[in-house]
Amino acid sequence: MEAPSAVRANAPSLEERAYRIRRNALRMGEVQGQGYIAQALGIADVLAVSYFHALRYRPEDPHWEGRDRFLLSIGHYAIALYAVLIEAGVIPEAELETYGTDDSRLPMSGMASYTPGMEISGGSLGIGLGIAVGMALGLKRKRSDRFVYNLMSDGELDEGPIWEAAMSAGHHRLDNLICIVDVNRMQADGVSTGVLNFEPLPEKWQAFGWFAQRVDGNDTAALVAAFDAARRHAAPQPRVIICDTRMAKGVPFLEAREKSHFLRVEAHEWAEAIKALDDGRTA
Amino acid sequence: MTRTQRRPWRGLPATPQDPSKPRLTTSAMIASLAGADQRTSPAPFGRALVELGRTRPEVLGLTADLAKYTDLHIFAQAHPDRFYQMGMAEQLLMLAAAGLAHEGFVPFVTTYAAFASRRTFDFISQGIAEEGLPVKICCALPGLTTGYGPSHQATEDVAIFRGMPDLTIVDPCDALDIEQAVPAIAAHDGPVYMRLLRGNVPLVLDEYDYRFELGKAKRLRDGAEVLIISSGFMTMRALEVAKRLEADRIGAAVLHVPTIKPLDEATILAEAGRSGRMVVVAENHSVIGGLGEAVATLLLRNGVVPPRFRQVALPDAFLDAGALPTLHDRYGISAEAMSANIKGWLG
Repeated sequence: MEAPSAVRANAPSLEERAYRIRRNALRMGEVQGQGYIAQALGIADVLAVSYFHALRYRPEDPHWEGRDRFLLSIGHYAIALYAVLIEAGVIPEAELETYGTDDSRLPMSGMASYTPGMEISGGSLGIGLGIAVGMALGLKRKRSDRFVYNLMSDGELDEGPIWEAAMSAGHHRLDNLICIVDVNRMQADGVSTGVLNFEPLPEKWQAFGWFAQRVDGNDTAALVAAFDAARRHAAPQPRVIICDTRMAKGVPFLEAREKSHFLRVEAHEWAEAIKALDDGRTA
Repeated sequence: MTRTQRRPWRGLPATPQDPSKPRLTTSAMIASLAGADQRTSPAPFGRALVELGRTRPEVLGLTADLAKYTDLHIFAQAHPDRFYQMGMAEQLLMLAAAGLAHEGFVPFVTTYAAFASRRTFDFISQGIAEEGLPVKICCALPGLTTGYGPSHQATEDVAIFRGMPDLTIVDPCDALDIEQAVPAIAAHDGPVYMRLLRGNVPLVLDEYDYRFELGKAKRLRDGAEVLIISSGFMTMRALEVAKRLEADRIGAAVLHVPTIKPLDEATILAEAGRSGRMVVVAENHSVIGGLGEAVATLLLRNGVVPPRFRQVALPDAFLDAGALPTLHDRYGISAEAMSANIKGWLG
């Protein structure tokens, strides 16, 4: 998939891709009866634009040297990444049934040692961006023109090593590094800015030498424009796309539910959620 | 609120001193371990890495503001395009090394042992070791090799790192050991933690029939009464102790164990299983969690019970600041203190 699929004739729209990603995630949640589904539904549009507009990769060859690297720093978003990797053809759809079960290649937290297409073992929050700095330096050593994308959450902004990495990326002028920050405003102990205030965000990244954009992370057109601007930005500096997202986006009754880091979904509600998602698609 | 209970200050006020015993002064951050008339070799780590870099373009050098203090500056001078100054940011240091290793490079990263073990453990564990990446973490100031106090004395680094799966731990003795260990750990396809001696490093092992082999313990001399199992510069001390004991007609064997993990179990069991010898494990490390405990559990698991088992190791304590010779004597890891202790244990 070396050419962005959105420009190919008859390719599904990015909105359709995002719908399928959400549906895959809900089906996996149904298997386990749990999962970080609110985060997965919220980030689906960002993943659709990443994998079906921006990234260069070969589904049949996850280690292809010419791929753009996509790091999932937030290991607990694995359900969302599996959903897009299935949609992209990196993981067979049938494997969805194994999510979170014994001996599955799709464990609850994302690990490179388990899953094709998973570049790193995230989960110990705050490690992705530093690894991305090393990869970006490595790609430059190899004279590669590929990008390193690092997907992280707003809660991870609390972690010190994020800012060591941010300073380093600015220092080394890593114009092949694109960081995506999912600002869903919810972390384990509550509202993110209440746990530890990280605003003003664009200004912080700019002060560290980054080209910063802030967009509605559930607006596909805005995301496409932001990814294009990040990739085409001429100045020799790293790029950050701050994405404000809505948790549980696409399933109205879950969107309306009182938010928490780990959204509770009753056993009978998974099928209802899939139906609600499907209804929204045809509406 | 005020603290009602405080411990007394550890230092002494300027009381009159015994003129026959002047107070030694704490030297520079990294003092040489070499005795006055001991042969040394300069910067063996830096020189070996430069040499390795000539044939291995994938070898890189990274540091966290301590190139000059880990001899990595020599590599930086020889291969400036392969040297990365990551700033005083040890967490980033480990993560960036992981990223470079993901891209096919073999990063050698340097800092002090205290910072690598205490500060960056999670980043090595999850960024490097869990993924089996070939990052070589080479750290100066292992154990008690500086008089600056607990902030820089990594007396528990081996205890911390031994718990990390898939991490190889190397504790070389001298300049020869370090020079031979550098290409050996580079050839190993996995993460390595190596304790580093830098500057003018003692040269001892060239007098013995010895070659560094990763994962192998080597007997340097034999003896009938005592078996000293040692790593790091304590092997140098053990060889000196063995000579002293020989003068007193006490036979002491020395088994050098430069690879602490994985342990060369077969060789250690074979040597310790020879009947009648007291086993002494000597290490530049806390009595907790290092080579001594590793050997003890190995022997117990295998039903090998020597007549006596003793440890020459640092106490489980935050150690004093001061001059290294004073501290090595105080904590029992100088040749003098070690000889006296072994003689006492033999009774």
